[in-house]
Amino acid sequence: MKGKKKDYILLKIATILIIFIFIFIAQRSFDAYIIRILNLCGIYVILGVSLNLINGFTGQFSLGHAGFMAIGAYVSALLYTSPEIKEVNYFITPLIWPLNIIQIPFIFSLIMAGLVSAGVGFLVGAPCLRLKGDYLAIVTFGFSEIIRVLFCNLQSITNGPLGLKGLPSYTNLWWTWGIAIFTVWFIKNLINSSYGRALKSIREDEIAAEAMGVKLFYHKVLSFIVGAFFAGIAGALLGSLVMTIDPNTFSFFMTFQIIIIVVVGGLGSITGTVIVGALFAILMEVLRSVESPMSLFGLNIPGIPGMRMLLFSILLMIVVLFFHQGLMGTKEWSWEWLYKKLMGNKKEIEEGS
Amino acid sequence: MSILKVDHITIRFGGLTAVSDFYLDLKEGELVGLIGPNGAGKTTVFNMLTGVYKPTSGKIYFNNQEINIKKVSEITALGMARTFQNVRLFTNLSVLDNVMVGCHLRLKSSVLNAVFYLPKYVQEESEITEEAMKLLKEVNLEKLESNLAGGLPYGQQRKLEIARALATRPRLLLLDEPAAGMNPQETKDLMNFILKIQEKYKLTIILIEHDMKVVMGICKRILVLDYGVTIAEGNPIEIQHNPEVIKAYLGVEAHYA
Repeated sequence: MKGKKKDYILLKIATILIIFIFIFIAQRSFDAYIIRILNLCGIYVILGVSLNLINGFTGQFSLGHAGFMAIGAYVSALLYTSPEIKEVNYFITPLIWPLNIIQIPFIFSLIMAGLVSAGVGFLVGAPCLRLKGDYLAIVTFGFSEIIRVLFCNLQSITNGPLGLKGLPSYTNLWWTWGIAIFTVWFIKNLINSSYGRALKSIREDEIAAEAMGVKLFYHKVLSFIVGAFFAGIAGALLGSLVMTIDPNTFSFFMTFQIIIIVVVGGLGSITGTVIVGALFAILMEVLRSVESPMSLFGLNIPGIPGMRMLLFSILLMIVVLFFHQGLMGTKEWSWEWLYKKLMGNKKEIEEGS
Repeated sequence: MSILKVDHITIRFGGLTAVSDFYLDLKEGELVGLIGPNGAGKTTVFNMLTGVYKPTSGKIYFNNQEINIKKVSEITALGMARTFQNVRLFTNLSVLDNVMVGCHLRLKSSVLNAVFYLPKYVQEESEITEEAMKLLKEVNLEKLESNLAGGLPYGQQRKLEIARALATRPRLLLLDEPAAGMNPQETKDLMNFILKIQEKYKLTIILIEHDMKVVMGICKRILVLDYGVTIAEGNPIEIQHNPEVIKAYLGVEAHYA
C-alpha cells in the first residue's frame, strides 16, 4: 500500500513535468496558429468544467455562462489595459474615473475578474435558484442576455457596441493550461469532498437531500458561485487572447458552445468535458475548411459561413441519440487507471523477456 | 419528558382538509404507530412534522422549540429524520456515499478546507467514513459499499434508507411504511431491526404502516387516522376492539329493511 502511494505521487510529478516541458517547448517553437488553438483548448476546458459543476453535478441547468464570461472579460480588460490604449478606445464617451487611470498586473486582473463574476453569480443565483429545471434555464439565459444588452449601453464603462480593441496580449499557454489544470483539480476535489456529495445528492433527489439536512440554497448558490468564478477567469483569458472584445462576442452562441461540450462530454464527467473541450477547440479550427469553397464529386459548393455549426449540431444529435449519457457518462479517468495501464505493460514486458 | 408536541395542527389544500386537529404528545423513547386507510393523511402528518408542508393552523414543538417556521434541513439538524414511502435514495451515488450525505450536516470544515484537503477536513472526512461504515454494518450492507444505490434489491434499499436517516443522528425517527413490499421473513427481521436500533440509538419512533402484524407487534401506542381525523388512540388491544376503527377499515354492516 505504502509503495503504491509513493508510485502515485511519482506518477503525478511525472505527468506535471511532462506537461510543463510540453508547454515550454510549445510556447517557444510552435506556430502561432497552433499555439492559439492550444490556448483555446485550455479556455474551453475551463468553461466546460465550470459549467459541468453547475449543470452536471448539481443538476441546475444554467444557460448563463456567457454572461459570466462577459463580466470577467470586461472587468479584467478594464484593469490590465494601459491608460493610453483606453483613451484611444473611448473616443466617443470617455471612460469614467477611476477606471481610466488604473492599470494592474494581469494576474490580479484575472483574480478580480473571477471575484466580480462570482459576486454577480451570487446576486443572480440567490433569487434564481429557487426555480427548477426549464424555468431556471430560461431565467439564466435571460440574465446573460441582460448582461449583453447592458454592456452594449453602458458606454462610459464598456464603450458600448464598439467594444475594446488593441488589448495587450498576455494570454499564453502557461496561463491557459495552468489555470485549466487548476480548475480541473479544484472542481474534482470539490465534487469528491463532502460538499460534492451534497451537490450530487441535490441532483439526484432534492426532497430527499433536504430531508437529510443538506441546505439546498447554500449548496446551489455555492456551485453557482464557483462556476461563475471560473467562467469569469476564462472570459478574461479569452479577451486577452483575441485582443478585442465586444458585447456580442458573449451572445447565446457562446453558451451554446459550452453546453455542447458539457452534454457531449457527459453531464457529470470531468474527464469527458476535458476531452471534448479540447477536441471542440481543435475541430472548430479544422472544420473551417468546410466553410471555404470546394468542389465535391464535380459539384462546386461556394463557401457557406456557419457550416461548422451545422456539423456540430449533427454531432450533438448523434451523441444524444446513441450516447444518452454523453461520451463518458459519469465515468472518470483516474490515476489508478493510468497506474494499472503502465504497470500492466511493464509486467507484460518483463514476462516477455 | 416530551420530545414532540403536536398542538392541534390542521392543513387545508384549497377546499380539502387533509388533516384536521391532529394532536400528539410524544414522550422520549416511545414507539408510536400511525395507521389508517389509504388517503387518511398519515404521510401528510409526516410532511408537516418534517417541514415539507406548513400547517394551516396549530403549532409543532420539537424539543420544546417551535418548528413551524423552520426549513426542512433545519428541522433535520435539530434531530428529526425520516424515510420515504416510495424509497427516495440517491440512486446514482454509491451506497456509502448515500449514508455519508446524511453526515454532511455535521461537517464543520469550510468549502476551501475541503477542496484543499487541509488536515482538519481530512480528519473529519475519515470520521464520517468510519461512522457511515458502522451504520452500513448495522444494516448488513458493508460489503456493497461501492455499489450504486439504485442497483440494490428493494429490501436492501429500504434498509439503506434507514441507515441514511440514522446518519443524521436523529432523536426522533419517522418511518413511512418500512415494511411495504417485504415478505413475511423480511418483515420479521425488520421488526427486530427497528427495536434494536431504537434501543441502541435511544430513538423515539413514529411508524406509519399498513402491515398490522408490524404495528401490533412493536408499537405500544397507536393512533388511527381516517379522512384526516384522529378517530382512535390507545394500545394495540384497545385499537383492535375499537368499533370506530373497525368501521373505518371494514365499513359498516348494511342494514336491510
